[in-house]
Amino acid sequence: MTTVTPWTARARRTSRPRPLRRRFTPGRIAAWALLAVITLVTLLPFYWILRTALSSNSGLAASPGDPLPVDPTAGGFERALGLQSTEEAVAQGGAGGGLRFWRYLLNSVVVSTLVTVCQIFFSAMAAYAFARLRWRGRDKVFALFLGGLMVPAVFTLLPNFVLIKELGLVDTLLGIALPTMFMTPFAVFFLRQFFMNIPREVEEAALLDGAGKVRIFFRVLLPMAATPVLTLAVLTYITSWNDYFWPLMVSYGDSSRVLTVALAVFRAQTPQTGTDWSGLMAATLIAALPMLALFGFFARRIVSSIGFTGIK
Amino acid sequence: MTIASSSPPSPLPSVGAAGIATTSRTDRPRADGSRGDGRLAAVFVAPALLGFVVFLLWPTLRGVYLSFTRFNLLTPAQWVGIDNYVRMVHDPIFWNSLRVTVEYVVINIGVQTVSALAIAVLLQRLTQSAVLRGIVLTPYLMSNVVAGIVWLWILDTQLGIGNEILVALGVGRVPFLADETWAIPTIALINVWRHVGYTALLLFAGLQAIPGDMYEAAKVDGASEWRMFWRITMPLLRPVLAVVLIMTVIGSFQVFDTVAVTTRGGPADATNVLQYYIYGAAFARFQFGYASAMSVALLVVLGAITFVQYRLTRADRTDLG
Repeated sequence: MTTVTPWTARARRTSRPRPLRRRFTPGRIAAWALLAVITLVTLLPFYWILRTALSSNSGLAASPGDPLPVDPTAGGFERALGLQSTEEAVAQGGAGGGLRFWRYLLNSVVVSTLVTVCQIFFSAMAAYAFARLRWRGRDKVFALFLGGLMVPAVFTLLPNFVLIKELGLVDTLLGIALPTMFMTPFAVFFLRQFFMNIPREVEEAALLDGAGKVRIFFRVLLPMAATPVLTLAVLTYITSWNDYFWPLMVSYGDSSRVLTVALAVFRAQTPQTGTDWSGLMAATLIAALPMLALFGFFARRIVSSIGFTGIK
Repeated sequence: MTIASSSPPSPLPSVGAAGIATTSRTDRPRADGSRGDGRLAAVFVAPALLGFVVFLLWPTLRGVYLSFTRFNLLTPAQWVGIDNYVRMVHDPIFWNSLRVTVEYVVINIGVQTVSALAIAVLLQRLTQSAVLRGIVLTPYLMSNVVAGIVWLWILDTQLGIGNEILVALGVGRVPFLADETWAIPTIALINVWRHVGYTALLLFAGLQAIPGDMYEAAKVDGASEWRMFWRITMPLLRPVLAVVLIMTVIGSFQVFDTVAVTTRGGPADATNVLQYYIYGAAFARFQFGYASAMSVALLVVLGAITFVQYRLTRADRTDLG
């Protein structure tokens, strides 16, 4: 349990509902106990990943309930990173096939970065045009974009696959990135909201100083939108990083395999009799680590503005 | 793609509860018909519009078209009329998939909504701690694949800690993912674990928009926490809750990843959810036409649910006035 008390000076200054009462009533204690249980259920699997990853497979079989790593070894991590020879891996309960971890990590980074940077940039440009520029047909085109929000992602997956295949982009990183690289209706919608709420005067002042609209967008409005853009970017990155279905459809080999798909392959490869749990948990930990780090870095900002972004 | 409500102290734009933008502060195109910033706008909108048309609009139309064809990717699509739909109606596995998917959605949404609401209210009424909110969100950072594998291990019949605890409690071992009865509820709960924090934060944002003095006033009147929850929190949160609910239902109908890494549709089709069946039809049996027809069915189901839910919850009207 963390030691954050609800009675800090900061909490008192806000206009938000103040925590009930200082006294520890039975109701309050029960509520805190419930929150403690929720926190425990949330976090315990993370500890269990670590504990299993540091155990040896034979040790796990011997004492499955031991709260500490059994027979501690780095073997799981070595297998996950493809550092062990086949004989060594098999001897420790792993599969023979190597996992080209760094390759998959690189693929994931490339795809997620490409998607996030391009999607946010193009969406911001469109959002600006929808919010701040005057042009004929603007509201009609925007309504079309809004309609796109209603189409569930699952529906466009098959036709998009056919399209990517026709474009000859199956099994390429570009093929994985392309469908979400230009925009999502949500990103456009979300950023348009922000641009509309920036006071007009800001823009007019810059216009008086002789700046063009392009310049205003890049030098004035985009920097002002730094916070929503950042939140959107981090959540887009996480979503893209965690995506499994679409990359699974498009990628067949090592050259385009991203971490989520690689992980599922690694799981499928581990021996049916006596799964390589230690190796699997090490692999899942390594696969999740970049997102945990990213979140750790931006956590406060994301957590306080998540209500506005809501990307599923 | 979920939208929730606003909180006063944030620098971010406020979004209407129903997710529809207010146009009050936009500049309407000039009435005199002048072209305004037409050329510049064309350049700015072009990339997004290209992506929209090529990867969203066109695939949507094409998906509908493909559902009326026989298509295996290798030879051109061949028009077969409503054959795929006739086949679908007579396909017991399709109906089973639909049933299993609905079972998953009901359990997933039921547990997730109640838990998320509880977490959001606890966070609001006990503490405003950003650390706690961060902790609640951590499972969301994992992919479904990772979450699936981790819980596969925790719930493993022989070696999983979950079963060790059950044995210690004297309950005995439960083959969570290998049993036809338990498999779907288990998968539903795994996804609750991953998504509940995110949903809770969306609801928490909605709660922040409720004026604090309403609780103060109620407390002065001697109202209990329980009463305040039903008389203040629930009515005022309803519009946000409705939007969040619609979005999570749409999301959970698309369950695939967790099934793919844990049970792969088994045992005996017990977890062969619609999305998994569609994937199999397309990529294992190369029946793209049939898979498209089932996608259309899924689209129709989702559309109908959204519509009904929207009307039932009156998501378009807010009690805050």
